[in-house]
Amino acid sequence: MSASAHARHDDGPPADYLSDTSVASWLLTTDHKRVGILYMFSVTAFFLVGGFIAALMRLELMTPKGDVMATPDAYNRMFTMHGVIMIFFFLVPSIPGVLGNFLLPLMIGARDLAFPKINLLSWYVYMIGGVMGVYILVFGGVDTGWTFYTPFSTMYSNTMVVTAAVAVFITGFSSILTGLNFIVTVHTMRAPGMTWFRLPLFVWSHYATALIMVLGTPVLAISVILIALERFFHFGVFDPKLGGDPILFQHLFWFYSHPAVYIMVLPGFAVISEIIPCFARRPIFGYRFVAFASVAIAIFGFLVWGHHMFVSGQSMYAGAVFSILSFLVAIPSAIKVFNWTATLYKGSLRFDTPMLYAMGFMGLFTIGGLTGLMLASLAIDVHVHDTYFVVAHFHYIMVGGTTMAYLGGIHFWWPKMTGRTYSELWGKLSALLVFVGFNLTFFPQFLLGYLGMPRRYFEYRPEFQVLNVMSTAGASILAVGFLLPLTYLLLSLRKPRDAGPNPWGATGLEWQVESPPTTHNFHQPVLVTCEPYMYSPEEAEREYANGQHAHHA
Amino acid sequence: MWDFPLFPSQASTNAAKLDALMLFELGVVVFFTLLILVLVLGFAVRFRRGNPVDRSHPPTHSQAMEVVWIAVPMALSLLMYGWSTRLFFDMYAAPADAAQVDVVGKQWMWYLQHPQGRSETNELHVPLGRPVKLNMTSQDVIHSFFIPAFRIKQDVLPGRYTSLWFEPTKAGVFDLFCAEYCGTNHSIMIGKVHVMEPADYEAWLSEKGVGPSQAEEGERLFVQHHCAGCHRGSQTVHAPKLEGVYGKPVPIQDGENVRFVTADDRYIRDSILIPKGEVVAGYEPIMPSFKDQIGEADLLKIIAYIKSIANRETSQ
Repeated sequence: MSASAHARHDDGPPADYLSDTSVASWLLTTDHKRVGILYMFSVTAFFLVGGFIAALMRLELMTPKGDVMATPDAYNRMFTMHGVIMIFFFLVPSIPGVLGNFLLPLMIGARDLAFPKINLLSWYVYMIGGVMGVYILVFGGVDTGWTFYTPFSTMYSNTMVVTAAVAVFITGFSSILTGLNFIVTVHTMRAPGMTWFRLPLFVWSHYATALIMVLGTPVLAISVILIALERFFHFGVFDPKLGGDPILFQHLFWFYSHPAVYIMVLPGFAVISEIIPCFARRPIFGYRFVAFASVAIAIFGFLVWGHHMFVSGQSMYAGAVFSILSFLVAIPSAIKVFNWTATLYKGSLRFDTPMLYAMGFMGLFTIGGLTGLMLASLAIDVHVHDTYFVVAHFHYIMVGGTTMAYLGGIHFWWPKMTGRTYSELWGKLSALLVFVGFNLTFFPQFLLGYLGMPRRYFEYRPEFQVLNVMSTAGASILAVGFLLPLTYLLLSLRKPRDAGPNPWGATGLEWQVESPPTTHNFHQPVLVTCEPYMYSPEEAEREYANGQHAHHA
Repeated sequence: MWDFPLFPSQASTNAAKLDALMLFELGVVVFFTLLILVLVLGFAVRFRRGNPVDRSHPPTHSQAMEVVWIAVPMALSLLMYGWSTRLFFDMYAAPADAAQVDVVGKQWMWYLQHPQGRSETNELHVPLGRPVKLNMTSQDVIHSFFIPAFRIKQDVLPGRYTSLWFEPTKAGVFDLFCAEYCGTNHSIMIGKVHVMEPADYEAWLSEKGVGPSQAEEGERLFVQHHCAGCHRGSQTVHAPKLEGVYGKPVPIQDGENVRFVTADDRYIRDSILIPKGEVVAGYEPIMPSFKDQIGEADLLKIIAYIKSIANRETSQ
């Protein structure tokens, strides 16, 4: 245990945030930590639903012919619901909703977020959207793909497109509220001495995420409203038969949905930037570059939407502009990966579960990002667009990146959130299974894509079967890897609280308070006097040597 | 069981060029992946806790290193950008002598028309070694015409024409896929491309007897839909003659001004469906719309006819 400056003030044990257990106290809470836990329950539930659908799809794709599902329509609904649930109800709210809500005020030395009631409202708004999503899934589904491309979605699909559009519209407001809350909180609630360059990088990344949420999500809301107007009232917006332009929808949709990729991945960067210095026991390398890279991604992320449309019929000169901008937006991501790698140099590395997840993230995100360069290359994109190559690429970012980071973050802060430690052995096994299962699932899809297998195919050419079987086999390993943490983390709750305030010996204000924290977070005013990540590898070595010595004595 | 392809067949001039670029980029991807892998694993072993190595003064920043790892990826990016953009522009610049095949996509089939008059569904026969340009539209939703062996793909949109071209370099039968999700039977909106020796192709064209060409079919429709009544030698109705129009600039009355528009497929299509949109200067907007009266395939035939009289003298 490092010499953290934690001091208990024992004028009676203060109530921790979990002590009130009534249902009403949870449903009416405005405590940012409790809202974070509410989000954790919900995103986990949606992840299980989305994952179950993915498992069904992988089973269907074991053979070239349609056999598991009775009709292509069933399969089309499955991949649509998988995308909608995983993106809007899991990935977007996962890290900001759970870890961001829980940690942001603690990290900046604040009592709560700036607008605690709006924070609770954001969860309710999200749940309304989510419950509508489940309703759609159970009572008919929607078959447009999560992209809702027109005119198929407005004039041809006979499924619950409008309901889905409304669900997405509502959920969007939850994002906007969260983003707004984060921005105001970071600007106004930092403790004395917590200057912008003393902020943990977690906060910088969430700040950048919040900017995109507030600026991008309204455009998504507008596009789904236009879909509803065209479907209900035959306003000619997107369907050429009514005088509309189908490409217009793609512009509006991707103007949100590309930045949304960064809504999903920037919080992953946030988590990794905390885990790596802690387990390397040294300050992060290139703090300012990592911080500004997040902001650069948030800004440039708004200028690359057209790279989803290289073969859509948009002007090829527009394609050329979007291509170069897409290459440029890769640079800040590269900066981050290189800085994390340099952070390992001359550290004192320990490989606890969160660190294994973080290292897995670095490998998978690197592959995901670099294959993104191939997709930014116009000529290559013409061939691999809408094939499994793209599917593999974005799963490397969304699962290999964001989901690995989310799990790493959950393992890192689980002792803080619950006061309990978990079995390291099982933890390491889960990190390994997720890494291996993930690669086996998605690497073959790169090959399938270059071979030409289009995405969203219920049936496929027989020569693609072997790679699909490999992918399905990987998915079963991945499923075990995901179910393991759910089991041992829940089981850890049966143990007495054994974590102590700072089990990892981490810096950061959240580790200076009890685990689990009290309702009021801090017992006395916080004054920040130093930079984040004040770790010392040499001190870690000395402590380790002393520990070994004591062990042998 | 291990007899499955890992690399698609290379069957067009574009395929070989694209694979070269892909291999280069694959090299870049593998290099950086290995670089990160070796560094992460190397540091993980060397600086594992308890390993007695020098850990004094771990560097916290380095302007020089940041510059290197910004500049090197940037330079490689620019190289990949230049290379791929050049190829991309070539993919969309069809040679002037390319034979045109018209394509109509609809849920869930491909309908193709050869200029010589033969049409086919879900099959495309093309001659080896000759450039072919596809002129495509959709009757309903967005589809995407994808031939992996040629490394080409283009979305097919309702309400307008998109095109792409290729020059086959290998005789054989290749897959044709719809790549843009288009509803229930998207995954069986597939077909075959037959690349044939030119002589075999000629034989195939006349296999079912020599019928009217696409342009001749178009002329029949031109008369049948009463286009000829006004656009061909009528003295009672004042309508522009269409001989020699295709591919030339046309003066359009735009309020007080006159602007020029090239009479291409898009212009002719719009003039049939939305005749009041772009009226030729000096004419009254009296033509009725043929929207919902002429199908996509017939529109393409009429355009082929108007194109066929591009070099004819105006009869005025």
